Amino acid sequence: MSDIAFNELLEPFGRLLADVSSLTQVRAVEAGASVTNLWAALHESGFVDAMVSEARGGAGLSLAEAGPLVQALGRHLVPVPFAQSMVARALLAAAGVERPEGSIVLISPTTHGGGYRQHAVSQAQVANYALVDLGDHTILTSLSDAAVDATGIHASRAADVSWQSSPHALATIATPKGGLRPIAAVLRAAEISGAVDRVLDMTIAYACERVQFGKPIGKQQAIQQQLAVMAEQTVMARMAAQIGCAYGLPPPPNAAAVAKQVASTAVTAIVATAHAVHGAIGISEEYDLQLFVRRLHEWRMADGTESYWAGHLGRARLASYTASSVEFVRLGVSSVG
Amino acid sequence: MFESLMLSRLPDADEQLRAPIRALIAEHASGRILEQRSRSWMGFDKEFSRVLGRAGFLGLTQPREYGGAGRGPFARYVVVEELLAAGAPVAAHWIADRQSAPLILNYGTEAQRQFYLPRICRGEIFFCIGMSEPGSGSDLASVRTRAAKNDMGWQLSGSKIWTTNAQHVDYMIALVRTSGQAADRQTGLSQLIIDLKLPGITIRPIADLTGDAHFAEVFFEDVQLTDDALIGTEGAGWHQVTAELAFERSGPERIYSSIVLLDAWIAHLRANARCNEAAVQLAGRLIAQLATLRELSIAVTARLAQGESPVVEASLVKDLGTTLEQSIPTLIADDLGSHPGEPFDADLYRSLLYVTHIAPSFSLRGGTREILRGIIARGLGLR
Repeated sequence: MSDIAFNELLEPFGRLLADVSSLTQVRAVEAGASVTNLWAALHESGFVDAMVSEARGGAGLSLAEAGPLVQALGRHLVPVPFAQSMVARALLAAAGVERPEGSIVLISPTTHGGGYRQHAVSQAQVANYALVDLGDHTILTSLSDAAVDATGIHASRAADVSWQSSPHALATIATPKGGLRPIAAVLRAAEISGAVDRVLDMTIAYACERVQFGKPIGKQQAIQQQLAVMAEQTVMARMAAQIGCAYGLPPPPNAAAVAKQVASTAVTAIVATAHAVHGAIGISEEYDLQLFVRRLHEWRMADGTESYWAGHLGRARLASYTASSVEFVRLGVSSVG
Repeated sequence: MFESLMLSRLPDADEQLRAPIRALIAEHASGRILEQRSRSWMGFDKEFSRVLGRAGFLGLTQPREYGGAGRGPFARYVVVEELLAAGAPVAAHWIADRQSAPLILNYGTEAQRQFYLPRICRGEIFFCIGMSEPGSGSDLASVRTRAAKNDMGWQLSGSKIWTTNAQHVDYMIALVRTSGQAADRQTGLSQLIIDLKLPGITIRPIADLTGDAHFAEVFFEDVQLTDDALIGTEGAGWHQVTAELAFERSGPERIYSSIVLLDAWIAHLRANARCNEAAVQLAGRLIAQLATLRELSIAVTARLAQGESPVVEASLVKDLGTTLEQSIPTLIADDLGSHPGEPFDADLYRSLLYVTHIAPSFSLRGGTREILRGIIARGLGLR
């Protein structure tokens, strides 16, 4: 797809999100409001099938082309698992499975007794379905058949999702090569990169407004140096997310590892500076920064933290044939081995 | 923010340079021990640079009519990446190939281009950059070395310091004051090409903490230069120097200075079949950063290839890159030292300590970390 045609998608998508997922609406959902209307508006827009092939009624976007849409979802803190639904629908459609109406989370559970569970699945309280990686196969299941337990974190719609025995399969597809976790990690990295970009904008704007010692604090060299580092980390997160999205669906696990390792690392540094610059107002309920930092901490841990993916990548590096790290970075990141 | 830094692909035609440059490295630079290869782009070997020149690997971005390859920044990226990954000795031609030749092409007269560029491309003449002075480091606009106009051209007096390889190369491109006073700051500065064999020039190498003497102090006592020593426009030196910075700050040398050590450590882990989680995660962390920074460096190269001068973006990549480069020896030292029962080669230890000792220079040379962050802050609209 050409750049021009693509911008024709991204720009209206941004407008749609600003309309249906304003921060006021995000607050309402986090306070317990229904997402029925929000989901309906997003679903009707057609973007939910952006990655479904054109033959199956979608727009046929590659993961690289859909990446900026996922970043926009992060930037707007859209409080439903829309990116995950987009990819799940592409996977289902590719397998010739009928797509359900509702939203879909991606779950790579651990076994637990005779059942399965995953801790703190982002937005699971407001989701309808789950695509569950059971190893050799992956199933679509309704979350109404699962135990969906709120994590108890203030204003979070994440939940612990578990099944006493095997979840009931509405449909079964082959597990994508590498499993669902690398896919989920890439989407999360892209969401993180969108959200931290907005946090950077907010923090710079605040530094230019807030006057102390007779001038905006953004004129203080100490603050400028911290904001420069924050911008660097924001750029790192965005490039890492682009690397994760660059090689199609499913992403090579090493590319997913780069994406989530770097994005999760960036979260901690960016959030710390955002708080430092904002001062006390930044931890108040009233001010919007808290919406972003709570979600960012959740996303940093979701689908593998920086050390989880560093472990994956380190094992791949030590096992690779090449003596050269440059060669590994050049070819090994995109290899599907 | 900084949305121009997008994932870019190295063109296939330029990727094809990897095989021939690897063959050249294997033939001419393979016998060097780890400690030498760890010098990265501080390794000085005129003969190797001439081999590169003869093979057409210097002046890749220069037009064919001046002896270059008529290719672009991507071709240079590929070749430089291979040279650095192998720890090949590239210091002799480094400055001329990266900075001096593009400067002469952009601002030089036709006669200057004809005189210098073909010889740079053949690896016959080498350059250094005269920026810092005893009283001017980060505050570069305060330079006091002065060139006064006279009947024969310019008379140069003053001194430069911390000039890399001044004692080994042929020419210096110096930023000097040609009018006004130090208080005039950026105005009245010009760039001059100085033949370092001229009378009145004294070069004193400065030993560093590793035992090397890669930089030098250069004294000018009434050195007579001809009119054509001036490069570009009189009084426009500051502007010209600023335009060079994107070339100077964005290249792969700003992420690969410790890469030879990193590979030696990974080889050590493999030789000892060591795969404890801390070491594995450390390797993964460094690889993740390297992979991302490589793409950012290529993204800046793509802007250069478009004819832009992305100074802020280049500063951002350099600050990130040198931070990674500096973290590598620190983290590897901690890993090796926490396995006292495990033997490691003396060569690896010498490489580790060399990089440890020289690493502070990574965020000094080419603009200090603090200066770069100031430039980024300006890019963010804070200054």
